[in-house]
Amino acid sequence: MNNVKLVTGGAESRQRLGVRQSAAAFERVGKAPEGWRTPKPGGSLARVAMLSWLTVASFTVTAADWLQFRGPGGTGIATEAQLPTHLDAKSVAWKIALPGRGLSSPVIVGDKVFVTASSGTEQDRLHVLCFSAKSGAKLWERQFWATGRTMTFPKTCVAANSPCSDGQRLFCLFSSNDLLCLDLDGNVLWLRGLTRDYPNASNSLGMAASPIVVGDTLVVPVENDSESFTAGIDVATGANRWKNNRPKVACWATPVVVPDAKSGQPLVVLQSGPGLSVVDARTGVEAWYFTDGASTMSSSVLVGGVLYVPSKGMTAMKPGAAGAHPEVLWQNAQLSPSTASPVVLGDKVFTLNAAGILSAAGLADGKRLWQLRTTGPYSATPVGVGKFLYLANEKGLVQVVDTAAPEGAVVSSLDLKDTFIGTPSIGAGALFIRSDKALVKVGGS
Amino acid sequence: MKPLSLILLGTTLALSAQADFKSDIAAIRQVGAEGKGNPPAAAAWKNLAKADAKSLVPLLTAMDDANDLAANYLRSVVDAIADRELAAGRTLPQADLEKFLAEKQHNPRARRLAYELIARVSPATGEKLLPTFANDPSVELRRDAVQRLIDAADKALAAQDKAAATKEFSNALTYARDEAQIKKVAGELRKLGQEVDLPKHFGFLTHWKLLGAFDNTKLVGFDTAYPPEKTVDLAATYDGKLDKARWVDVATAHDYGMVDFNKSFGDLKGVTGYAFTEFNAATAGLAELRLGCKNGWKVWFNGALLFGRDEYHRGSRIDQYRLPVTLKAGKNTILVKACQNEEVKDWTKEWEFQLRVCDASGTAILAKDRPATPKAQAGAAKVDDKKGTK
Repeated sequence: MNNVKLVTGGAESRQRLGVRQSAAAFERVGKAPEGWRTPKPGGSLARVAMLSWLTVASFTVTAADWLQFRGPGGTGIATEAQLPTHLDAKSVAWKIALPGRGLSSPVIVGDKVFVTASSGTEQDRLHVLCFSAKSGAKLWERQFWATGRTMTFPKTCVAANSPCSDGQRLFCLFSSNDLLCLDLDGNVLWLRGLTRDYPNASNSLGMAASPIVVGDTLVVPVENDSESFTAGIDVATGANRWKNNRPKVACWATPVVVPDAKSGQPLVVLQSGPGLSVVDARTGVEAWYFTDGASTMSSSVLVGGVLYVPSKGMTAMKPGAAGAHPEVLWQNAQLSPSTASPVVLGDKVFTLNAAGILSAAGLADGKRLWQLRTTGPYSATPVGVGKFLYLANEKGLVQVVDTAAPEGAVVSSLDLKDTFIGTPSIGAGALFIRSDKALVKVGGS
Repeated sequence: MKPLSLILLGTTLALSAQADFKSDIAAIRQVGAEGKGNPPAAAAWKNLAKADAKSLVPLLTAMDDANDLAANYLRSVVDAIADRELAAGRTLPQADLEKFLAEKQHNPRARRLAYELIARVSPATGEKLLPTFANDPSVELRRDAVQRLIDAADKALAAQDKAAATKEFSNALTYARDEAQIKKVAGELRKLGQEVDLPKHFGFLTHWKLLGAFDNTKLVGFDTAYPPEKTVDLAATYDGKLDKARWVDVATAHDYGMVDFNKSFGDLKGVTGYAFTEFNAATAGLAELRLGCKNGWKVWFNGALLFGRDEYHRGSRIDQYRLPVTLKAGKNTILVKACQNEEVKDWTKEWEFQLRVCDASGTAILAKDRPATPKAQAGAAKVDDKKGTK
């Protein structure tokens, strides 16, 4: 029996969700930031505005690019790629040695694959590398010295946060809170040392949440037990646009973008143990919030206008707007993900637990449809193309799951015989996955 | 013979290029907090990256006294120029780089970068130079040189030449500053029957006065200024959380200088303790207090707060935090506050810290009157204790 809870809104449900203030108070708090278009009822403006923002944001990128952790929109799904579904040793197009450790995901722009790494006994040497997606040839490398603390739990390392790109620039965040901006040819555009600026911003276990680009603002999560914050940074200069204090709780979840339900303006979901704070990307002003708790490990995902949040298992909600609460559609405690983030493919949402059980649930009601035992353990989030999910376990076994099979089915696997903690990326018609030692291209020419 | 006008033009251009180089370096060196100076630094970076290999040593020299962000701008310019020159089949100014490397007053990281450029072009030169760095200010150069000594000792050990192995390992320990190398060498020497005073080698402070325990329920203790933060009175007694709080003497025999409050006050939760000691410096000068602590903590040096951090049980290691100080000749005081939270899981029991005094390379600075390291009792922590490792 599925533990599906339908929530229809109203005062009682707000109470159940732990909403902090009365609706009237929220209307005041949620006043639209200056410069916003006046929200009007109805969804058409929201759609037009979001599309317009997406158009501006994607001026030099194509749908085939993979610009951040979990790729397009942070969904983990490639929409314009063909990957082999039968994997074997011949599927490996090339394998290139890396100069340092890392669990950050590769970023792919056109024919360039960007990877970060860290090396040295103190993990204080930071590497940014660019390879040809086609040949694996190294196009350039830049090195930097960490300016912040480099201690991490042994399983992770300083190159844990995934870089991101706006198609023109590459933004690389490390666990030391060094934030580096380079152009795609390796020219340095700006540098920040966020622990240098905010000395108690660090996590002795290691930081791993990744930055995302929203329009001309880089949203950088630096959430930890002490000097905890998320900042909006001008992509051109590296200067702060805003800096919000955040709950003093270590958090490894990456922000996602949702449209304001009324205006369509891009909002950023900042996730933490207490819940969500959803803020305007350019000003950091909070538009709406959710206080029913959320995972500090796996990140939320927005697909089809619904936000799937790792909260109380899994909570699906229609995002709110400035001054308007989200509408919780369902919660299912059986869909609790572990480290991996949820993925939506077709008409199902998938979660992966620590033991390697892949759970599929219907998007409409969250009802669990099937469970498939795969070979774990996992740290990486699955990525997908078409009806197939690609699961990379920590021991290097890449498994292809046909999600349209009646109970799901592992249709092939490839043992890369290495430790893979980071989430794979899809681009240039191939799957790119990295270990502490190597970057591997699977599929493609 | 060139016409005078051409000579003058050439001289003018050279002076102009020199001025541009200086202004670009100045633009990079002024970068600062919260993105200050990034746009002009980026423009300067692009200009500098067009320079030829002759600019490498001036760029490395510009790292002297540069802040760490500026040093990163400069080192990445060096990378860009060296990569481009070598890809084009040109060489690097090896002699100039070797001269720069030999001048130990330069930024240690810049010197290491110079060494890597030298070795990239001529691995044989790199190999030849390496043994000369055993006592180098650069921790990376020193580590690689010490590894040679360790390799030689291992070779002697494999050949069952214990006398030679002991000599080689002892030599390696003299120069080793890297914790992993020290751990390996100390372990081998002890197996060879040698005594190793690791707390002294690291410069851990082993003798402390501890005071406990004040309240830290709901983490209130971190921001509460209990009496020692106003005046350290070692004869005083205070009302503590559970009992009277009074100073007690502690001498740790732990290889990594761990000072354990639980041993003196019981396994308490939700409490705050203090540790106090004096450091009698032979000379005035720059030093670092290096702390490892998985509790909330604050450190005062000569009465001034250095830093505090309210993170609990996320891990601890040697040299977790580096706190620069200026030692006075003679007596200096160190006060440590350690806050324990209320979590009850097994891995939240520790209420402890380790603190050493050293220079920037990790070389111990020992007090004039450093007491003898206490002898460890049977079963006490030794070099393989995980608390001392990373």
